[in-house]
Amino acid sequence: MSVKLNNRQVGDVTVMDCTGRITLGEGASTFRDAIRDMATKGDKKILVNLSDVSYIDSSGIGEMVSSYTTVTNHGGQLKLLGLSKRVKDLLQITKLYTVFEVFDDEAAAIRSFT
Amino acid sequence: MAERDILLDSTLDSVEIAEDAVLHDAQEIGFREEELHQIGMAVRESMVNAVVHGNRYNSRKKVHLSVTKAPDRLIVVIADEGEGFDLNSLPNPLAEENLLRQSGRGLLLIQAFVDELQVSRAQPVGTEVRMVKYLAKAS
Repeated sequence: MSVKLNNRQVGDVTVMDCTGRITLGEGASTFRDAIRDMATKGDKKILVNLSDVSYIDSSGIGEMVSSYTTVTNHGGQLKLLGLSKRVKDLLQITKLYTVFEVFDDEAAAIRSFT
Repeated sequence: MAERDILLDSTLDSVEIAEDAVLHDAQEIGFREEELHQIGMAVRESMVNAVVHGNRYNSRKKVHLSVTKAPDRLIVVIADEGEGFDLNSLPNPLAEENLLRQSGRGLLLIQAFVDELQVSRAQPVGTEVRMVKYLAKAS
């Protein structure tokens, strides 16, 4: 299964709920295209909910980094919510914990946007 | 020691085939869920490197997968038929200036998930990645 994405609005924050796998091929490109669309459309506060993502590989990680850069370059913020232990481990191994703001609680994540 | 050898096409479907085959063997010798996940990721990353960066999806080039099952370990060798690369020339993905690069983390993840990793020139051409994962001793 590839990734399924669903956007919902919580105040001025767009929450993107992701379900499935973000891996090389369809999953990673679907993720990239969705974030680019949001950034181009002018969404400035994006919370990526990874609670239901079962698998991310290095290509998926690469797309997340690239998405972070895209949103930041458009003057926005991209944060992560609901990482499984495995995804947290990936961020530790790759040192990307120093790049992404990561939350376990959605309300706290929403409040953190300025 | 039991061994399996498979010759795979340079396609993304081969990534799934290799991952499934190796996980089947790993399960047979007793690896648990978390270790299976790590082995699967290491094989996936190595196969992606072979198909995408090594063989560059060239339909005339193959990826060679060999799996050896020993009582205490699993040995996986993945070799492509590409031009090869100098390991020392790869940018360090953990360096501050490289953290926001889109790619270049595959080998780092493989290294994190297996116990031994060797990358060498394959003969006559290509790159060979040899990975060993040991069964954790029961406590």
